[in-house]
Amino acid sequence: MPVYTLGIDIGSTASKCVILADGKDIVAKSLIAVGAGTSGPQRAVAQVLENAGMAKDDIQYTLATGYGRNSMLELADEQMSELSCHGKGAVFLFPEVHTVIDIGGQDVKVLKIENGMMTNFVMNDKCAAGTGRFLDVMARVLEVNVEDLGALGAQSTRYVGISSTCTVFAESEVISQLAMDTDKRDIINGIHKSVAMRVSGLAHRVGVKDMVVMTGGVAQNTGVVSALQTELGHTIHTSPLTQYNGALGAALFAWQKYRKAHKS
Amino acid sequence: MSIEVLLNEFQEVSEHPYKVLSQYKAEGKKVIGVLPYYAPEELVIAAGMVPMGIWGSNKKTISRAKEYCATFYCTIAQLALEMLLDGTLDQLDGLITPTICDTLRPMSQNFRVAMAGKLPCIFLAHPQYRRPAFGLKFCLDQYTNVKTELEKIAGAPITDEALSAAIKVMNRSRAARREFVKLAGQHPEAVSAVKRSAVLRSAYFMEKEAHTAKLEALNAELAALPASDFKGPKVVTSGIICDNPKLLKIFDDNGIAIAADDVAQESRAIRVDCAETGDPMQALCQMFADQDYDVLLFDEKSSENRRAEHVCQLVKESGASGLILFMQQFCDPEEMEYPYLKKALDAAEIPHIKLGIDQQMQDFGQASTAIQAFADVL
Repeated sequence: MPVYTLGIDIGSTASKCVILADGKDIVAKSLIAVGAGTSGPQRAVAQVLENAGMAKDDIQYTLATGYGRNSMLELADEQMSELSCHGKGAVFLFPEVHTVIDIGGQDVKVLKIENGMMTNFVMNDKCAAGTGRFLDVMARVLEVNVEDLGALGAQSTRYVGISSTCTVFAESEVISQLAMDTDKRDIINGIHKSVAMRVSGLAHRVGVKDMVVMTGGVAQNTGVVSALQTELGHTIHTSPLTQYNGALGAALFAWQKYRKAHKS
Repeated sequence: MSIEVLLNEFQEVSEHPYKVLSQYKAEGKKVIGVLPYYAPEELVIAAGMVPMGIWGSNKKTISRAKEYCATFYCTIAQLALEMLLDGTLDQLDGLITPTICDTLRPMSQNFRVAMAGKLPCIFLAHPQYRRPAFGLKFCLDQYTNVKTELEKIAGAPITDEALSAAIKVMNRSRAARREFVKLAGQHPEAVSAVKRSAVLRSAYFMEKEAHTAKLEALNAELAALPASDFKGPKVVTSGIICDNPKLLKIFDDNGIAIAADDVAQESRAIRVDCAETGDPMQALCQMFADQDYDVLLFDEKSSENRRAEHVCQLVKESGASGLILFMQQFCDPEEMEYPYLKKALDAAEIPHIKLGIDQQMQDFGQASTAIQAFADVL
C-alpha cells in the first residue's frame, strides 16, 4: 500500500493541490483560480481528493505552503515557506536545476539551487511590477484575456517601451499608447519585456546559472519566458506542471517528514 | 520577580509609551522628546527632566505630516511629526532634533515650523568630522546650545555635578542593555524576539534609573539560568529599527533566535560609554567622537569597508549563522551602504536576506515567507 502525501499551495490568486504516492508518483492534482482568503483552498482540496478517488483519511501527511499556508493548519500537519517548496518541486521536475524563477500572483522569487538544495534566494520588494498582478492589470486595460497575452505578443512587429518601475505608471503608459492607436500586440510585447527586465535585475542578485527553470502561473506566458530568455541570455525550462510546482514541493516535503516521523 | 513578569512589565511600557508620558506629567515632571540619533540624553537627565525617545510609531498612519514632508522621507521621521501634530505628544515640554541624516536635517525645520509657538524645538547638528579637534569643538558648541535651551525649559542651570551624575546613570543603563543583549542571545527560549525588542525599546520611554534597576534584576535572573539547549537557527538583525511586534513574532513562530543586533535603535545606540572623569561636556563630545561602525556616521576610512567587516565579525562572534537586514524604506544611508555590506557578507560566506520595511506596514506575509525560507536555508 503506497503512502499518499498531499501538498497544498495557497497562493494569492490560485489554490493548487498535488497528491503524491511514495514521494515519486503524482496521483492527482487540482487548481482553483482563487487563492488565500477565498473558498479556493477548501475547493482545491475537495477536488484533488475527488480526482484521486480518495478521502482525507487516505492521506498520511499533508503540508501547506504559499501565502495562505497558515489558514490551512486545521487540515495540514505542517506548513512551510513556498520558497522552500518551489525549490523542492523544481528539483523533482528538473534534477539539474541551479536557478528557479517563480513569478506568482504578487511575488517574484529567484532561488539558487546547489546539490538539489536551496542555498539562497531573493524576493521582490513590496511592489507589483514584474508579477502576475502586473500582467492582470495590463490585460484588463488592453481588454484581452491574460491567458492570450503570450500568443498576441508573439505577433508583434515593433518594440514599444513600457516602464519597468511601477505598475500604476506603466498602466498609464499603456493607456497613452492605446490613445495613440499603437497596436495592442506591440504594447503586449513591450509589457513582456518590462516584466523580463524587472525579473532579470532581481535574478542577477543571486546569480543565474544553467539550468534555469521558470515556475508559477506566469511561466505559462510564452511571451514573458521568451523575453526573459533574451534578457538573461540563458535558456529557460518550463514544465506543464509549472503552476503546481509549489504544491508538488509541499507534497515532497510531506513525504520526507512522514518518512522521518515513521523511521523509528 | 520572575523573568516572565519582568518581561511583561517592559512590554507594557513598550506598547503604551504615552501612558508613561502622562504618568510623568501627573508627577509634575518635565519631559523632553528626543529624536534619533545620538542625542545626549545625559543633558536632559542632568536638567532634572525625563528624556523620551521618539522612534515613530507602529500603530499610526501618516496623514497630517504629509503637509510638511516629501514622499521620500522615512516613516520614522514622518510619524514623529504626525504624533506632534495629532496631539499624541502634546504633553512634551521640548524636543531635541538631531540632524545626522539627510531626512532628519530638513525634518528639523519642519518640526520647528509645525511646532512654532507650541513646543521648543532644539536643533542639534553633530559634526561630520567628529574626531579632529575642530570636530570636537563644533560638537561642544552644539551641545552647549542644547544645554542652554534645556536650561531655559527646566528653569534652572545644569551643573557639572548633575551632568557627571547623569553620565553615570546613562553608562549604567547602556551597560545593562549590552548585558541584556548578550543574555537574550544566550537564552532565546526565555526571551522571545518580541520581548527582547520590548525591553530595549522601553529604555527610551522609562526613566533611565528605573529601567536600569528593572533590567539589572532581569539580567540577574537570566544569568542564573542553566545553559540553553536551543537548537534553532540564530541570526543577527541589522537596520535602523526593527520593533514591530507583528514582524518579530515571525521569528518566534519559526523558532529563530536573535543572537545579536546591528540595529540603530538597539545596540548601535549603546556601544560607547562616556568618560566619568574630567570635564563632563568634553566627555560627552568625546563619546560621540568615539562612535563607530554606523552607516549614519562619516568614516574617513570608508574605502576599507570597516563597518561591513565589523558586522561580519558580530555575526561570527555571536554564534549566529546568518543576518537579516531590515531595510527602512527611503533610508538613503542604509540603501547606499547595502552593496558594501553584501560584498563583505558574501566574502565571509554569511547568508543574509534584505527585507524592505516601513512603520506603516500592517501585513507581513511576504516577510514571513522570506524569514521562514531563510531559516530553512540556515
